[in-house]
Amino acid sequence: MEIKYYIGLAVALFCIGIIGVLTRRNAIIIFMCIEVMLNAVNLLLVAFSKMHAAAPVGKSMPSVVSDAQIFVFFIMVVAAAEVAVGLAIIVMMYRNVHSVDVNFLNRLKN
Amino acid sequence: MGLTQILFWLLTAMAIGSALMVITRKNPVHSVLYLIVVFFAISGHYILMNAQFLAVVNIIVYAGAIMVLFLFVVMLMNLNANAEPQKNKLLQFAGIISGGGLFLVLVAALVKAKEVNGAMEMQSGNYGLVKNLGNVLNNDYEMPFEISSVLFLSAMIGAVVISKKEKEQ
Repeated sequence: MEIKYYIGLAVALFCIGIIGVLTRRNAIIIFMCIEVMLNAVNLLLVAFSKMHAAAPVGKSMPSVVSDAQIFVFFIMVVAAAEVAVGLAIIVMMYRNVHSVDVNFLNRLKN
Repeated sequence: MGLTQILFWLLTAMAIGSALMVITRKNPVHSVLYLIVVFFAISGHYILMNAQFLAVVNIIVYAGAIMVLFLFVVMLMNLNANAEPQKNKLLQFAGIISGGGLFLVLVAALVKAKEVNGAMEMQSGNYGLVKNLGNVLNNDYEMPFEISSVLFLSAMIGAVVISKKEKEQ
């Protein structure tokens, strides 16, 4: 398998996430689209690590593959914490305006 | 076409199709369920690349914990009614145009790029196994691992503080 197919897949998932963020108004669905984008980037990191495993770049760096996958692991850790705080913010917003429509969040405008 | 290629295209179709369903369904519960399918497809890709630790962590953390949180919040707010109001068609069109434009630009750059034919190590290599990653995590990355526990603690306290009911004036 060549790396270009995985780049194409990650680009497609990322753009689907961006279209979702731009077109939907439900805050929870916007948040889920952000998760899709995060996963696309994770997938691309793992794919590049496996490419470097097949053909080591330049100097011999044997630990670069493991480092990439540990990096993805830490991204997942941060994403889990981010989801907890983000959903708490959405719950608070629902309690204040009784809706999760992001168009109600324009009170800072004036 | 080998088994790896067949599995790759199957999982790719599953991931992209479910991601499209996530952004097109009106009912948020259906979106959450399709998002779980996306995460399982991505875990399948990790297994295909022999990154077994990440595949298992992806299922446990995303499909297991994060999606349960999403589903819980959606059901808590009783959003499974068709609650989203009709939105400005022009803005929707503009969003699709800009996202599709970004996709076209990135794909065009990918087609023109020179070094994208690097072969990948698909079903072999012991880098992604639990034993190897556990060694690396506990030898080289012990400090970040400990700091991430502090991050979790602060995120937990933050979530509780934010969602606590405010005092009535």
